[in-house]
Amino acid sequence: MTDATATHAGAHGAHAAHHPDLQHHFDTLDQQHEAATLGMWLFLITEVLFFGGLFLAYMLYRVWYPQAWAEASRELDIVLGAFNTAVLIGSSLTMALAVRAAQTGSQRAIVVWLLMTMALGLTFLVVKYFEYAEKFEHHHVPGPDFMFPGPNAGPAQIYFSLYFLMTGLHATHMVIGFGIMAVICWMAYKRRFSPEWYTPVEITGLYWHFVDIVWIFLFPLLYLVDRAHHFA
Amino acid sequence: MAGHISPKSTYYAIFAALMVGTAITVAVAFVNLGSFNFPVAIGIAITKATLVILFFMHAKYSSRLTKLFVGTAFFFLAILLGLTMTDVLSRGLKTYPGGAGGSGYGVPAPPPRTTGAASEAPREGAH
Repeated sequence: MTDATATHAGAHGAHAAHHPDLQHHFDTLDQQHEAATLGMWLFLITEVLFFGGLFLAYMLYRVWYPQAWAEASRELDIVLGAFNTAVLIGSSLTMALAVRAAQTGSQRAIVVWLLMTMALGLTFLVVKYFEYAEKFEHHHVPGPDFMFPGPNAGPAQIYFSLYFLMTGLHATHMVIGFGIMAVICWMAYKRRFSPEWYTPVEITGLYWHFVDIVWIFLFPLLYLVDRAHHFA
Repeated sequence: MAGHISPKSTYYAIFAALMVGTAITVAVAFVNLGSFNFPVAIGIAITKATLVILFFMHAKYSSRLTKLFVGTAFFFLAILLGLTMTDVLSRGLKTYPGGAGGSGYGVPAPPPRTTGAASEAPREGAH
């Protein structure tokens, strides 16, 4: 290493003492962290618009078919939905505490909080599985077997299409989050992070909180907002 | 790294606020506020999302550039939702496409598929 410094001199020599996790195209760890955070937010902007398109479809059809929306949303289980909302908000708390543990340098705590986040995420998906299974039982899954009483079967099928698309895409994001958390968890177990460098933990946190925010909107829109409406 | 470290109590307080928000939005869902159910539910959801973004996602302690990026996401979302909805609603398309048109909120939709309704009967019998 000293040889390399000697032969290359100049620029490379200046890097001889830098932090092992500092990439060469950044001046400081702070700058590197800032760039990574900004990049993740940029990705989340595309995610906001990705889900935004589905929310737009939801809003349009809701305006067009308010009665079907009121009838179909009453088919969802408000208790399971509220339970899952609490579980997911809880997982956001444990994730925030995992990032905090990374900031304060307690690697063991990162692992524990991440495992709790994954456990809560798994709880959410298991509940979601039972909700989906119930939809299959009641023929509320769009397709040739779809059945809905009354004159609003067509629009109700649109409602359930959007229900499965939005919650399904959300659940897919959670499964991806599981994979990311598993890797981060392993890295923390191997003591890869330090208060100077914990960017992957922070980035994973941003992703998971985004998934939580999507559900914060999905829950009232799908389960709650039209429940009290009755049309003569 | 210089990043701001929030005390644990902040995270617990935000968690509590989010749970209270969830309880309120569930309770309000059982009250018929007419066309106000939607804005109330969305208002609570936006408040909850803002808390998550500011404190859990550290946006409050981020650089101004990062804050600008966060704002950009919702600026574009507002364009997507706002311009589309104002267009649709101002064209008298408050009911289903091809429907009565313009007569507004709450117009019951007709049976969706006249042919489909007929073919649905034997299928119900089959189950």
